[in-house]
Amino acid sequence: MTAASPTAAGIVSTRPEPSLKKRLRRAELRKKLLYGTLILPLALFVLLVFVWPIASLMTKSVENPEVHDNLPQTLRALKAWDGREVPPEAAFKALAGELEAARGSPAIAAVAKRLNREETGYRSLIMKTARKLPLAEGEPARSALIEIDERWGTVEPWQAIKRSGSATTAFYLLAAIDRSVDAKGDIVTAPPEEAVYVDVLARTFWMSLIVTGLCMALGFPVAYLMANLPVKHGNTLMIFVLLPFWTSVLVRVAAWIVLLQNEGLINKLLMWLGLTNSPVPLLFNRTGVYIAMVHILLPFMVLPLYSVMKGISPVYMRAAVSLGCPPFKSFWKVYFPQTLPGIGAGGLLVFIMCMGYYITPALLGGPQEQMLSYFIAFYTNQTINWGMAAALSAVLLAATLVLYMIYSRYLGPSAKAVKAR
Amino acid sequence: MLQPYASPVERVWYYAMRGLVGLVLLFLFLPILVVVPLSFNSDTFLMYPMGGFSTRWYAEIMNSAVWQKAMLNSLIVSPLSTLLAMILGTLAAIGLVRTDFPGKALLTAVLISPMVVPVVIAGVAMYIVFAPLGLTGSYTGLIIAHAVLGVPFVVTTVTATLQGFDFNLVRAAASLGANPVSAFFKVTLPLVLPGIISGGLFAFATSFDEVVVTLFLASPEQATLPRQMFAGIRENISPAIAAVATILIVLSTLMLITLEALRRRNERIRGIRS
Repeated sequence: MTAASPTAAGIVSTRPEPSLKKRLRRAELRKKLLYGTLILPLALFVLLVFVWPIASLMTKSVENPEVHDNLPQTLRALKAWDGREVPPEAAFKALAGELEAARGSPAIAAVAKRLNREETGYRSLIMKTARKLPLAEGEPARSALIEIDERWGTVEPWQAIKRSGSATTAFYLLAAIDRSVDAKGDIVTAPPEEAVYVDVLARTFWMSLIVTGLCMALGFPVAYLMANLPVKHGNTLMIFVLLPFWTSVLVRVAAWIVLLQNEGLINKLLMWLGLTNSPVPLLFNRTGVYIAMVHILLPFMVLPLYSVMKGISPVYMRAAVSLGCPPFKSFWKVYFPQTLPGIGAGGLLVFIMCMGYYITPALLGGPQEQMLSYFIAFYTNQTINWGMAAALSAVLLAATLVLYMIYSRYLGPSAKAVKAR
Repeated sequence: MLQPYASPVERVWYYAMRGLVGLVLLFLFLPILVVVPLSFNSDTFLMYPMGGFSTRWYAEIMNSAVWQKAMLNSLIVSPLSTLLAMILGTLAAIGLVRTDFPGKALLTAVLISPMVVPVVIAGVAMYIVFAPLGLTGSYTGLIIAHAVLGVPFVVTTVTATLQGFDFNLVRAAASLGANPVSAFFKVTLPLVLPGIISGGLFAFATSFDEVVVTLFLASPEQATLPRQMFAGIRENISPAIAAVATILIVLSTLMLITLEALRRRNERIRGIRS
């Protein structure tokens, strides 16, 4: 098209409106964008307040800043060092300078603590060395440091500094599964007396499994009866499930303490029935934790099961019975398989919630009942070991997310039905 | 359900099952039945048999500065976090239902994630990020933390409500001359309001019952009711705890009734009969 042609110019100026189809599509797109922007505020909010914190927690599980940030020159001097003989004077000089600079600051304590993890006793080595610095003017750093502590004349502390000098470490993650890296760089299993976390993880899984199993066994008949009674009676039973469900967890924990204590109603009942002569300890042990956790999580089993059972037509059972199948067999072969989505959804939901439980075991359990969450809180509040708290969180989060993916992949719709209630 | 021609085995099974269900429901209800009377105990011990009837523990919590503060804190934090969750969650739910784009499923999963991630992890993670920003030991920090925990409930319930919503109604409003804003307030909102409110109730219940994140983020100044109960159960468990528990039970009963009324209204409006 050339500008010289008058007809062409005329066409440009009276460009026809785009076709209706095009305009419709454009309007549609505009509307979509408008609705899309409605998601933005929440997306940003969740990203900033939830996703970002969890991401920073996860990075803490591999962070290793102590030596890397505080002894950079020493690490540089050790870069070319082969680790077989005592390093050159430059390394001594750099270390003396950096320890002196860090003296009296939190940095020196962090370095000492970190190195002590490589070899017990290095904390005092670092603190003692820092205390005796600075060196006299012109004094060779090597002989001076060896004079302060003869360990500097051996290769081990230098190897420890070099080993712990990288910015990231797998130490915490390995420790969370009772593994560690030895001096040769091989992954080894922690000695039995130090290996605790695999046990805790196994305990967390085991206790969740028991609670889930109990919830299934108790929840199934309740959901079945509720789904098969006339609506009016079914709704009355529903109140018995929903009111506890809506009651504060702490209220229920307090109630179980009242019931389960040595002078509590349960023990009085047991003694009155002659089942026992002296009170059975029910609190601060596994029994109490199981009872309270099943109580708290049972509604999460009953509700999905109920919504699935509500959708099962009674016609199939009747057909099976009328064709001569005995009632129990037809229940097992015809009805039960149809409830499996509900059992799966409720079971996974209960299991996932169980894995992360903290309050109930903390208040009703003894030391042997504490699950993964307790140790995460412990390392955060008591010993302030972020690496360990983060690594254990990573393990728990990974387990939870894998289970949740299974849940939403296979059992999503029935689960949504529960939430919609 | 029991047929007149049922065999004896079936009869036994029928009654055994009802008996079992009765026991399970008793198990579910027992704690509530036990706590309420104890809150009127005149004795200082939280056990049966009770002494006389008395309301001294209610008087005690009403006169205790600690419990008053805790109640006040809960009444500040929970409604505000619920409001925040309701606004953000409803907007996002409308957006999610009305658009389709690659990665929508993933985005939805992320928005729902606070419901799934164990609370201890959420608590520690928020502590790490909030502390340097000065948001720990502050109402703001606690409110936004509770809001993010409650928001998935709003998103899921409002999405579910909108799935049954006929968007032709909005078109009809627009064709009759309503602008988008007034169409939203006059047509969409009244119809999805039950969904928003029930989502909000879930969010409120989440915040009102939240201890773990509060343990990490709040200073004693912001101790909420559950946080104070946690301390009370740990340190010295007295009938005052039962009195607070009774108040909370009354509150949860009210919430349950509201929710049920909303559900009925929703069914009535849509002409669904169960």
